[in-house]
Amino acid sequence: MKIAPTRRQMTLGESLQARGVSRRGFLKYCAATTSILALPPTMVPRIARALEQARRPSVIWLSFQECTGCTESLTRSSSPTVEGLIFDSISLDYHHTLQAASGEAAEAARHAAMEENFGNYLVLVDGSIPLGNPGFSTIAGISNYDMLMETVAGAAAVVAIGSCAAFGGIPGANPNPTGAVSVRELITDKPVVNVPGCPPIPMVITAVLAQFLTFGQLPDLDHYGRPVAFFGQTIHDRCYRRPFYEQGKFAETFDDEGARKGWCLTSSVAKDRLPITRARP
Amino acid sequence: MNSVDPIDFLIPHERGNVEPILHEVVHALDRLLEHEEPTVIDLARLPFAPGELDRLEGYLGTGELTADLDALGTSRIRETAYPGVWWLEHRNTEGEVVGRYIEITRTPEILMSQDADIFAARARLGDDLAADEPVIEKQNPKEGRT
Repeated sequence: MKIAPTRRQMTLGESLQARGVSRRGFLKYCAATTSILALPPTMVPRIARALEQARRPSVIWLSFQECTGCTESLTRSSSPTVEGLIFDSISLDYHHTLQAASGEAAEAARHAAMEENFGNYLVLVDGSIPLGNPGFSTIAGISNYDMLMETVAGAAAVVAIGSCAAFGGIPGANPNPTGAVSVRELITDKPVVNVPGCPPIPMVITAVLAQFLTFGQLPDLDHYGRPVAFFGQTIHDRCYRRPFYEQGKFAETFDDEGARKGWCLTSSVAKDRLPITRARP
Repeated sequence: MNSVDPIDFLIPHERGNVEPILHEVVHALDRLLEHEEPTVIDLARLPFAPGELDRLEGYLGTGELTADLDALGTSRIRETAYPGVWWLEHRNTEGEVVGRYIEITRTPEILMSQDADIFAARARLGDDLAADEPVIEKQNPKEGRT
């Protein structure tokens, strides 16, 4: 008699299938992920094969000084998105906002997940960590700092979700009354991926997870710790007016010859002050 | 001209992406014919001037076959007026375009019934037939046939 795998034993592919996601739907997600990771389309079959065979990774999600917007961006939608389904298909062993358990039971689940998957689990963090006073933000009586350091000890990698975890965000803004710091300011002995945004784009979050599951490694990062695939280019880099910039053809004023001909909108005077925001359009 | 007049400018053709892509399609058709090698062009990764994407789509036109897929959002898979050249557009459940591709192949992979779905279909149909419920009743429940 064939015994059906338990939810914990399922591969990601089996888990998605059990949730009613057809193979075609899965292929669509893989194609979109491949595109957003700036990988060639020929990689789609490899990504699909690796993802569907991947065991559901254990993920511990820690929420510190945050507004829950990061979680909402991934889980709240008028209809089920494939990002949400992928998120549902990971083994989310601890997320105090979402889980039914609370207090000691919740903390027991976190410790159990750490013990069972020591060295292999992922830690996702949203929110900044207050260092000014341990009592500024606590969960089950544990300070954010203590919980982070304890949980990260056995993690394979850490993903800082949202601008607060990545850079301090609003809690870290001047005068920073709680002494808020980012994850990367505290964790120096583990790989930390920053996925900033307020909230971050759900596809970027799951694509980072997908890359980890597919290739067993995290994406290439820029000097801010952000995945280059998503934050490597400015709008200027991909602008259809870019050839005119290279030729030194600029629209200097509204409705001049350059404006009518579609030349670069950065004027020749300000051409050294190009947009610096790096984000995928 | 006043401020509400449309600004009439067009990126010169020689600077756009339409013609290079069409040439790439020609080479991809050669590879398909000579080596059975399919090609996928990810249009989301290419910068297009306003109107260029429409011009590319219009140039390739519509062929004999169009398929709509409903799997976590809709998709339209359309053979262009050039057989072997397919235009694919995937949308998510919110209706947003999440992928737009030109595939140069005999049949896009996503149109084919997939093994995992066939296995599941085999199991489901087998279970349905093994159940007590008469087959004809299940097929036409609204007509009350038994």
